[in-house]
Amino acid sequence: MKEIIRTLTTGERQAALAIAICVTVIGLTMAALGNGDPFGIHGYVVMAYGLVATIFLIRCYNLPPSNVDRAGSYYDEPIKVAVVFSLAWAVVGMLFGLWAALQLAWPSLSFDLPWSSFGRIRPDHTTGVIFGFGGNALIGTSFYVVQRSSRARMPDQVAPLFVVLGYNLFCVLGATGYLMGVTKSKEYAEPEWYAGLWLVTVWIVYLIIYLRTLARRKEPHIYVANWYYLAFIVIVAILYVVNNLAVPISFTRAKSYSLFGGVQDAMTEWWYGHNAVAFFLTAGFLGMLYYFMPKRAGRPIYSYRISIISFWGITFFYIWVGSHHLHYTALPEWVQILGMSFSLMLLVPSWASAGNALMTLNGAWDKVRDDATLRFMMVAAVFYGLTTFEGSFMAIRPVNSLSHYTDWTIAHVHAGSLGWVAMITFGSLYAMVPWVWKKPSMYSPRLVEVHFWCALSGAVIYVLAMWNSGILQGLMWRTYNEHGTLAYSFVDSVVAMHPYYIARALGGLIFLIGVLVCCYNVFKTVRTPVDAFGPARRKVEDALGPVPLPRPASSPLPRPAE
Amino acid sequence: MTNLYAMLAIFAKAYGLFIFIGLSVAVIAYAYWPANRERFRKAAKAVLDEGEEDKPWR
Ligand code: HEM
Ligand code: HEM
Repeated sequence: MKEIIRTLTTGERQAALAIAICVTVIGLTMAALGNGDPFGIHGYVVMAYGLVATIFLIRCYNLPPSNVDRAGSYYDEPIKVAVVFSLAWAVVGMLFGLWAALQLAWPSLSFDLPWSSFGRIRPDHTTGVIFGFGGNALIGTSFYVVQRSSRARMPDQVAPLFVVLGYNLFCVLGATGYLMGVTKSKEYAEPEWYAGLWLVTVWIVYLIIYLRTLARRKEPHIYVANWYYLAFIVIVAILYVVNNLAVPISFTRAKSYSLFGGVQDAMTEWWYGHNAVAFFLTAGFLGMLYYFMPKRAGRPIYSYRISIISFWGITFFYIWVGSHHLHYTALPEWVQILGMSFSLMLLVPSWASAGNALMTLNGAWDKVRDDATLRFMMVAAVFYGLTTFEGSFMAIRPVNSLSHYTDWTIAHVHAGSLGWVAMITFGSLYAMVPWVWKKPSMYSPRLVEVHFWCALSGAVIYVLAMWNSGILQGLMWRTYNEHGTLAYSFVDSVVAMHPYYIARALGGLIFLIGVLVCCYNVFKTVRTPVDAFGPARRKVEDALGPVPLPRPASSPLPRPAE
Repeated sequence: MTNLYAMLAIFAKAYGLFIFIGLSVAVIAYAYWPANRERFRKAAKAVLDEGEEDKPWR
């Protein structure tokens, strides 16, 4: 952390301090105004966050600046912060997921306390993994990719740090709010109005940094990975703002009411909700795929053209599919059919992307065999293909009448999130961590291997369990006996789910163990001095041939002991 | 309100199709435009070759 402050000039330290003090004051004001309301408690949270930053900045204020050559290097400090946050949220979010899974198997594990009830920890799980783990990984990698592929340094030193730290404040407000029962009750947009306003501020700064970095690029053409990241940034902003239009009951209270009502509200929510899947859980991660996979495999994308066509396909089709979450509801039927048809068409650009990724690896299968990092990316592409096929299938109305309300949706979600989102993230992190911390490789390639098998087996167990349980559930709910009444009561189906819920929790546990292994490996990679990497590096080189090692421009890297 | 709904619905149903056909033609034309071929080839290769040293271009 101190290293980060040392890269800042005096002026920048002052700016950072000013921001931190502002945040503290805002927190104090909220705390004073919202006395007795969760709004006030959140005021204290904001204040504490700002205060920690302020104290830290003051204590480090007089540290001598490190003499980095700004013109001759990239700005990687905020990336490092984002990686650490991402992994921390992965552990927190998946612990909550595991706990939620265990509660579904053994409901008494909620201990009958308000804050630990299923309805509160479940959004903590989704926010923790999607926004905490996924969001930080997206921000971190996007800063890496935009600088490298533009061959340009980010124009500002304080703003990127503000984005990363400010974004995490949003996540903290979300996660702590649910435990107190603060929620807008819109799935994936639960945080209340003040957290939303804060997020929008952070997001605008993020967009500006991104555009300004692109403006400094070397080549006139913008590499396609940046298109995906930009779509992620721009469209998420639009979606989030529209879906969160709401009126607070008072500016000193946490509660607000949506501007929309009834079926309009439902449609707005799922227009947002499915595009959160599209532009949060897909577009940005495709950006990762299109940058880190070619880099790691040492081969250009199989077809750059297809990457462009699928980009526009994904962007234009996804916007229309939200209504497949509302089949057989009060929504006009033609809107449902529209959502269904676009979902089917969406399969084309989705499979084009997955196929493009796998064709990129064609000819490098030996590397995939030997290098677990690349294997993470390959498995991610396979799961991406699988999930999108399944999604298009589930969007067909009669199929949806079986799958909706059942664990089949949960299977689909986790094939997408564990198999695609998490796998491509881990692959990219394993590639990027040594590059930003200027290390020859990960501390232990063997532990990457261990993580890979934990992740794969955990995801497969999870998804298979939920497929079984979901289809069984769906069928039990629609089986009639000879008298024309339902053959099973609802409770019968709950009892039948029990073994699958245990299996799911087991799969989740294995997956989580893999994540812990990853955290340890990243920690050791960061802490181990470059000279100590000898054997590990040789092992990777044996497997892959010489690994291109980015060198810091200012300080030539000492060669590892060969 | 009903009028607005009816208007939007008619617009979406009648013109949506053509807008999308137009867009897809434009995208495919852009992707396959012969003059762009070299640019895309260079772009795809460029990420693999980000210079000898890991540093900005200026
Ligand atoms: C340790 C691994 C994980 C476990 C044990 C786990 C468990 C769970 C459980 C029990 C639920 C609630 C299901 C229900 O209401 O019936 C859930 C929902 C969800 N999880 Fe996970 N999860 C894990 C990892 C992840 C990851 C990595 C992501 C995303 C990147 C994710 C995204 C979601 C989403 C989006 C939902 C909501 C699904 C819906 O509303 O249909 N999960 N998870
Ligand atoms: C072609 C692509 C896809 C299509 C057409 C699609 C379609 C669907 C459909 C029909 C549902 C069920 C809606 C319902 O019955 O309520 C669904 C749910 C979901 N899908 Fe997908 N899907 C696609 C790709 C993905 C991907 C790549 C992810 C990434 C993680 C994903 C994440 C989710 C989530 C989180 C839900 C649960 C939403 C909720 O109820 O909370 N989907 N999807």
